[in-house]
Amino acid sequence: MAKARGRVIFEEDLCKGCGLCVSVCPTKIISLDNSTINAKGYHPAIVIEMDKCIGCANCAMMCPDVVITVERY
Amino acid sequence: MTVVFEKTKGLTDVQTHYCPGCTHGIVHRLVGEALEELGVLDKAIGVAPVGCAVLAYNYFNCDMHEAAHGRAPAVATGIKRVRPENFVFTYQGDGDLASIGTAEIVHVAHRGEKISTIFINNAIYGMTGGQMAPTTLIGQKATTAPLGRDEAHSGKPIKMSELLATIDGAKFVERVTVTTPGHVRKAKKAIKECFKLQIEGKGFGIVEVLSTCPTNWGLTPEESLRWLEENMIPYYPLGSFKRPKEDD
Ligand SMILES: Cc1ncc(C[n+]2csc(CCOP(=O)(O)OP(=O)(O)O)c2C)c(N)n1
Ligand code: SF4
Ligand code: SF4
Ligand code: SF4
Ligand SMILES: [Mg+2]
Repeated sequence: MAKARGRVIFEEDLCKGCGLCVSVCPTKIISLDNSTINAKGYHPAIVIEMDKCIGCANCAMMCPDVVITVERY
Repeated sequence: MTVVFEKTKGLTDVQTHYCPGCTHGIVHRLVGEALEELGVLDKAIGVAPVGCAVLAYNYFNCDMHEAAHGRAPAVATGIKRVRPENFVFTYQGDGDLASIGTAEIVHVAHRGEKISTIFINNAIYGMTGGQMAPTTLIGQKATTAPLGRDEAHSGKPIKMSELLATIDGAKFVERVTVTTPGHVRKAKKAIKECFKLQIEGKGFGIVEVLSTCPTNWGLTPEESLRWLEENMIPYYPLGSFKRPKEDD
């Protein structure tokens, strides 16, 4: 198991499901959750394997709606 | 634990009306971060355009003024001349700045007004539904150019950064984009440099940001970034066109 170095927090109801964060995550851990619809009516971005996050903030750089907070350990 | 990224105080908590994946949002964030990091948020006055960014006054966490289409540089001139101690910027699209407001932007540069302009070039009139802009590429389809822009009919797309760089009063001119995390970081650096110029009282500065309009381009947000890289960057080269000289 990869050593956890980063953590991302998505403010789910602000997400517009654009997928830009998904496309730039180097560890490919972000996906759009097709099983839910958020308050805005979109499939929000989620991270399941958080232990693989490296805290690079690529996702936050590309998010047009400032949905994401990034922490590093 | 350290927070390496969180929302800037330069933006309000109002949710934007921008379409999913529209890069207007990324640029808003960079402007908000630059204002906060340079410590001018308390004295910043922004001027919003007509175009998709018409509601920008709800999003930037500073005083804002709305201008008629293309006239943001004229409104900003008035504000800066009456309140020179304030930090004054305009945020304008390509229809706003390169079409109806060409005279205003040229003369704000010509007079060397000490304001800063963020210019969003998405090669289209976004707000009104995708009409051809002066910046629309040859062959690019628009509702008013259904077969694509034809050079014989409409000329070649206008390069505003190159044009403005020829004007003496423009001291900082740079073109950037936001298609990758690396480009986003570079764009922020350029915006901060441009804003610093005003803080130092050196004259007019502009950052042109090649931006996307997924909705009117008819592409997904990610496809739009790639389309921009493949089609816009070759015609609108990125880079610095002008920096202040030693004696400026
Ligand atoms: C005087 C005037 N003429 C025309 C319009 C219609 N109009 C509104 S937005 C717009 C174009 C905006 O395009 P751009 O500046 O590129 O901004 P974008 O929406 O692409 O960000 C036009 C022509 C108007 N509002 N006022
Ligand atoms: S911080 Fe980096 S690794 Fe973590 S989710 Fe975002 S893009 Fe992926
Ligand atoms: S970039 Fe932002 S808005 Fe787009 S899917 Fe990711 S979190 Fe949602
Ligand atoms: S119409 Fe285009 S420029 Fe306007 S918000 Fe939508 S994607 Fe952005
Ligand atoms: Mg436009």
